[in-house]
Order: sequence, then C-alpha cells, then structure tokens
Amino acid sequence: MTEYEPVIGLEIHVQLATQTKMFCGCALSFGEQPNTRTCPVCLGLPGALPLPNERAIHFGLMIGLAVDSELAPRSIFHRKNYFYPDLPKGYQISQYDEPLCRGGRLGDVRIHRVHLEDDAAKLVHAGSSGRIHGSQSSVVDFNRGGTPLAEIVTEPDVRSAAQAREWLTLLRTTLRQLGVSDVNMEEGSLRCDANISIRPVGESALGTKTELKNMNSFRFIERGINAEVARQEGLLEAGDIVTQETLHFDPRTESITSMRSKEEAHDYRYLPEPDLVPVAITTRMLDDARDAMPELPAAREERLEGLGIAAANARQLAWRSELGDYFEAALEAGDASLDPQPLANWVCNELVARVGEEDPAASRVAPEALAKLVGLVDAKDVTVSNAKVVLDRLVADGGDPAAIVEAEGLGALGGGDDALDPIVEAALAANADAAEKIRAGNMKAIGAIIGHVMRETKGRADGGEVTRIVREKLGV
Amino acid sequence: MSVADPTALTAAGAVAALRRGDLSAGELFDAYRAAANSDELNAYLWVADAPAAPAPNAPLAGVPIAVKDLFCTEGIPSQAGSKILEGYRPPYTASVVARLAEAGAPLLGKTNQDEFAMGSSNENSAFGPVLNPWDRTRVPGGSSGGSAAAVAAGSAPWALGTDTGGSIRQPAALCGIVGLKPTYGTVSRYGMIAFASSLDQAGPLTRDVTDAALLLGQMVGHDHRDSTSVGFPGQVDTPSARRLDGIRLGVPEELSGEGIAIDPGVLASFEATLKLAEQLGASVQTCRLPHAPHALSAYYVLAPAEASSNLARYDGVRYGARSEHEGDLVEMYTRTRSESFGSEVKRRIMLGTYSLSSGYYDAYYGRAQRVRTKIAEDFHAAFADFDFVVTPTSPTVAFELGAKTADPLSMYLNDYCTVPMSLAGIPAISIPCGLSDDLPVGFQLAGPAFSENAMLDAAFALEQAIAFDASGARTSA
Repeated sequence: MTEYEPVIGLEIHVQLATQTKMFCGCALSFGEQPNTRTCPVCLGLPGALPLPNERAIHFGLMIGLAVDSELAPRSIFHRKNYFYPDLPKGYQISQYDEPLCRGGRLGDVRIHRVHLEDDAAKLVHAGSSGRIHGSQSSVVDFNRGGTPLAEIVTEPDVRSAAQAREWLTLLRTTLRQLGVSDVNMEEGSLRCDANISIRPVGESALGTKTELKNMNSFRFIERGINAEVARQEGLLEAGDIVTQETLHFDPRTESITSMRSKEEAHDYRYLPEPDLVPVAITTRMLDDARDAMPELPAAREERLEGLGIAAANARQLAWRSELGDYFEAALEAGDASLDPQPLANWVCNELVARVGEEDPAASRVAPEALAKLVGLVDAKDVTVSNAKVVLDRLVADGGDPAAIVEAEGLGALGGGDDALDPIVEAALAANADAAEKIRAGNMKAIGAIIGHVMRETKGRADGGEVTRIVREKLGV
Repeated sequence: MSVADPTALTAAGAVAALRRGDLSAGELFDAYRAAANSDELNAYLWVADAPAAPAPNAPLAGVPIAVKDLFCTEGIPSQAGSKILEGYRPPYTASVVARLAEAGAPLLGKTNQDEFAMGSSNENSAFGPVLNPWDRTRVPGGSSGGSAAAVAAGSAPWALGTDTGGSIRQPAALCGIVGLKPTYGTVSRYGMIAFASSLDQAGPLTRDVTDAALLLGQMVGHDHRDSTSVGFPGQVDTPSARRLDGIRLGVPEELSGEGIAIDPGVLASFEATLKLAEQLGASVQTCRLPHAPHALSAYYVLAPAEASSNLARYDGVRYGARSEHEGDLVEMYTRTRSESFGSEVKRRIMLGTYSLSSGYYDAYYGRAQRVRTKIAEDFHAAFADFDFVVTPTSPTVAFELGAKTADPLSMYLNDYCTVPMSLAGIPAISIPCGLSDDLPVGFQLAGPAFSENAMLDAAFALEQAIAFDASGARTSA
C-alpha cells in the first residue's frame, strides 16, 4: 500500500472590524432586523458607485505586516462577475492580479497573498434542512452584504489536519492581537476553506486538488480535512482518480458531497474595477499601520523565552493570547523575586487543566493570587501537592492563597522549623528494615520513610527536607 | 407677463428676464410644461408638475431642465429607456441633478433615450423612437435623442444628456444645437445609470454656447460619492471671444478625409467653417492621430465589456421587471433578461461577455485598452502643436427612421468621429455649422483635458460668425 502525504492550502476569509462597510457608509450589522443596514450602494441599485473604506485598507496593511508580506505600492480592485441572488450587482468587488499584499509567512506556513473584498449578502432558504436543496423559497438579507473581508491564501504548506488546526489557532490569535477582527467562527467573522490533494510520500509533483467548504469550526476543519484525505486515498487505492471539484462538508454526518465540478466552474471574467482608482500606499499609511502593530505571537514567544521560560510554555503563552495576557499580569503582580518559569509552568499546566478553553481572566483565580501561590511553593511554605489543593479552592471560590493555607492547615513542614524532626525519627523507628537498607546505601528504600512522613503530616512535609533529615540522622 | 413667448428665450436670456422681474419662475415653468406635455416627437417619458420656487440668489434663477431618463430622480421613473426598469422609481437623486436643482434649475421632465445609452438614433428605446424636429421622418441621433429633440424644438430651455461614445455630441449635431462632453471625471456619475463606467459623462445640450457654459459651470466639481470624480480647476467662464487669432486648429487626416465615408454635404459645411475660422484669425492645418481609425473597434470592445458587467444587476431579484414565468433561479434570470432587454442591449452584453471571457481577455479587452492608451497619446502629441482638434461631429446628417437598424455596424459608424475623444477622456463640443439638404451639420472641437474654458471661447467665436438659423426646428408656440 502506497503511503500518501496530504498537501493542504488554506483560504481564510476574515470579516474586518471596521465601523462601516467596505464600499459604503452603512454600519456593520450584528443581528439587526433584515435589510435595515442598506443603501443604494450595497443594494446594487442602478447608478450607485462604490467608495473604498480607508480603515479596511489600514487593517489590510496591518495583516500584511503581521505575516511579513510585501505590501504593494499600488494595488487595484477587480470585478469578479457571476450571478447569484446574494450578489446584488452581479459582481463582487475584489482583487485579482494586483492584490494589497503578496507573499509572507506565519509560523511554518507561507502566505501566498492577502487581499480585500466585500462580502455577499445572506440567503435564507425556507425548508427543513436550511440548505438550498429541497427548499421551497429563499429570501435575501442584505445587511451583511458589503462587509469588508480580508482574504488570506496560504501556499500548500500544510501537511496534516492537525497542523491546519494548530496553524489556524496561531492565525486567529495573531488577528485578535491586531484588533482587526472578532475572528469568531460561530459568528461568521472567520471562515476557512481548504484546498486538499495527496501525493505519494517523496514525490514533489502535486496531485489533483479539491476545495472543501462549509467547515465552520476548527474541530470540523480538522475532521473535514481528515475525511477528504481518507476519501482521496480510497480513490487512489482503488485505482480511481481524484476529480477537481468543490465539495461540501456536512459536520453532522461527516459526509462529503460535490457542489460544483470543474465543468461548472465559474469563469469570473475579471476586469479592473472602472469605478475605483488604484490604491497607492503612502508613507503615512505605512507609518500608521506600523504604529498600530501590537506585539505579535512570534515576538512574544521570543521575549518570553528570553525571560527564561521553557520553549513549549513560551509558545503556549504566546499563541493563546488570553493565557499570555494572564501570565504577564501575574508576573507583574508578583514579587520581584518571583521566577517566571515556574509561574509559566503553573499557568500552562495546572491552571489550563482547570479552566480549559476559557479565558483565565474570567475565572475566580486573580493573577496576583496565582503569583502569590507560586511564590509560596517557591519558598517551600507549601508543598506542590497541597498547592494544587489551594488552586482548586481558588478556582472554586477565589480568595487569597495564604489565607487558604492558614485556614485549612496546608502549610509545609520542614525547611528550618523543628516540627519535622520528631516525625522523621518516628518514621525511621517504625520502618527499621527500610532504615537498615538506607544505611547500607540503598536510597530507594527512602520511599517508605517519606510515605510514612507524608501520611503523618497529611502531605505537608517537603520531600526534599525529609530526605535531608534522614541522611543526617543515618549519616549517609 | 411681459415676455410674449418665454420658451423663445435662451436659458441665459431667461435668467436675465427672471432677474429683471419680466418673468416669474412659475410662468416660465408653466410655459415649458405645456410645451413638454404637447410634445409630438416622443421626446418626453415623464413631465413634472410645478416645482418649488427657486432660492433667492440661485445662479440659474429657476430655469427648468429636461433630464435624460437614465439619471436617477427620487420617486420619479428612471428607466434608462428600458423595459427592464419600466416604472422603476429610485430612492435617491443623482448628484448632478441635485446640484442643478439647488442651483435653481428644477426638473422639467425625463427625456427619452436609446436603451441604456446604447445607440446613435434613439430607435433602441423601449418606449418608441424620438422624431427629429427638423424632419419627423428622421432620427434625432442618440443616445440622448429625447434631450436633443426637446431643446431643438423649444420644449425645454436646456437638457442633460450623457456621452459615452458621442451620445451628446452626435444628437446635438443632427438636431442643430450645442452639445458638450466634459473632461472625464469633472461631472459626478453618482446616480447615472451606468453603461460604460470609464467612458460615461454627463453634459449639457443647449441652444447656444453661452447656455452650455452657464449650465456646465453648475455641473462640474468633485463629488466624494464618485471615486473617479476630480475637481474642475477654477470655474467655467462666460465665453466672450470674437476672434480666433493665434488659435491653431488641427484637422486629423484620419477623421475627415478619405477612408471614412463622410457625406459630401457634411464635408462642404465643415470646410466652409474651417474657412470662417481662418477669417477669424485661426490657423488651420492637418494633424495626425495615427491610431484614431482603430478607435471605433477598441470602443466596441471596451464599452460592451463594461456594460456586460454593469447590466448584470438587472436580474429581476430586487427591482425592475421580473418574468412572470414559473421556474428556478436560472430560468428566472434568463427569461427576465431575455424578455426585457432590447436586442441592441443583448448584442452588446454578449459581445462584452465574450471579450472578457477566459482565454479571450488579452486578445480583446487587454488589447483594446492598449489601443486606448495609444489614442490618448496621439491626442496628447497633437495638442503640443495645436490648440484644438476639429472634425465633423457626424459623418452624415439625420438619416431616416429605419435606415440603419438592419445593420448594427452601419449604426456604429455614426460615432466614428466622436469615439476617439471619449476614449481619451478629453472634452469636446459640437456646434451647428450649417445645413446640408436642409438638415443641420455639426462641427466638433476637442481640446486637452480641462480646457473647457478655452474650448467654449473658441466655439463661441465661431458660433457668432456662423450665425446658424435654428428656426427650422422650432415648434410654433
């Protein structure tokens, strides 16, 4: 059986968070009554003319800077012509061979281009499935029509569904950091299609690709890609060929159905938009875009590593911006002596395990509280295992870690005070065999002693301290 | 009322009479409304009721204006001469119409036109042809045929038209009036139902050059709603030149000699005017526009291409006609557009779609754009040595209704002399220069971009010298 590798390119549409639409002054719509955010321009009435949105271009430039694209000194809009009821002019104003941004890279995926265009209106089909097939009639809501979109197209550098998902997370974090979009898949401000082909491992020629659409969450993107790769593998294994077509992924059944074959593919008859003049980037526009750039994930990752944080933690904090923000708030709130790496570890592991995908800032654990807790562990005032208990309390009820330690008697024993000494004595006495083995040089036997001490102290003893006292007493 | 026949006054004359108090705006409007309502040339598709009184110092003092059907006028049918927009009432008014109304030129009526501005005879209207007031068996020219006929017949003091390849200038020539196509971008296109976006321009159709300047002055200026709009440098002056001393006129070999079938009568009138110009002190020499013979071909690739895209919105979904026939989406689209577009419109949509289609774009649209640049460069080079390029406006005088409808190409050739200026985006004016077989002949001057003032001055001087008698067109009051 031949081993195939998937070759995947992603096409992402991002709704830009401007005040008004791409080519008219209508305010962007968030669930208003249908057809209440319209005007002659976005309705495509006879005689109306488009007017480009300056802020959308500004956001487009910021996206280009974030992915290290070449920003075109001069770019133009093109008309993409086709007939559909959600396209009032019978053409979309987009960009064709002179886009705003060319090339670039984000993480380990190269960017092919970034361009601007306007969104189609929303079609609602009256029928049981909500899809066009089998519906009795359809109506159009033009509120959405004209919303500014940035289209980001990658090179086919993605090699697995999992990588696609991970990279999209990085993209989403980056766009959110930029403040150019809400990037919310459920609300439709982030949409992603995949171009998928497979080829035998080791080959460099590309196989026939299909376009997979309608995956409206990262989870479905991963599943959709996996399903399509499997389907293509099945075809090739059976001696069939992959046909170039546009496919629809149904997340409920995970089935893939054909939308359009190559023969039915649109000829968009692109022509330069005669109603708009070219976009010429001025120094001022570039400066404004640069000045507006926040710290991006890659830069943040590097900076955090510079603080002494382990690479894996730095990446996690940089790529999930709420996590990174929380960490930096905790670091800020903590003592000057607080070591960033253990704090990072606690945020990335223990805290994430307890808050999951939610924003930790929305939890009951205040950043200062976590910082304080990590400080207590660092000072050996509480053992790691008891600190986890404290964290559970913080997650449930909030509050101050020192107070919780005090109230529940979770303070560590050892580390200078004499409370541990008699307990270790008693443990050695109760485990004479183990004591003998230790004296003979077998340090593994210390486990029994430590276990005894832990039981007696209800986990409050510091393991390292116990070991030290045992060695001292037994002279090893 | 101390003015016996208000409709006999030029627009400038009417402004003066209104300011003197010899005439009230209401009386003037009523006289024109009556004339428009009794129009027998089919020039009007809609006539207004009495308007509001003009603002006290409005520059145009209340002289009403007839407006080509394709200008959106809020609440008033704006159909671009097409069945697909029959009865369509826009929710807004075109910028230039609003500007003129504010300047004191209220809407008199909407005039008939070739459908979507596609035509040179006004025989392509879904609402019937317009008749030439000089001879009702003949066409007035197109596509602004209704506007031209109304002004020539005296049922409007002046009118708005649009010119894409000659649609103001050619009907002005055939109707014996003045028609001006301004520099592309100087008049806002917002609210003009589009035919070919990179070529369409609104302009005045008037009885004389003075009126053209007066109207143009209130039309030009930057409009932020039109991205292709540019400001006009300074203002439009009242023309006053009496002589043409020092003016260099260039007669392009390509547009007026052998190689193009110009009526002998038209040529004679044109050459007589050149002699007149010399007597006024101008120098007249041949010039070269080497790529001009290709202008018509380039135009009939570019304009239909843009039109095929601009007219895609007429699909029966949101406004205008929708086919009654039951069927799915594609059937609705197909039937609506087949039933409600005229044949010339369909022809151009097909031509345009073809020339933009995959595999053909470079050979047709791409190439036509390059030819267009060449033509613009030809004019630019000519204007280094000449102040104006002059040609007959139209190769013929008004032809009979039905004479050219069987052969689209023969109809297209009417624009031979006007299309090059449209492609170059430069201003051009047509003034009546004589008669041939008792029918008017038009003389065209074209100048560099933004040279309207100099051009109007030169046209004025010639007009005074020609002293054209337009009474052959006037309907008696």
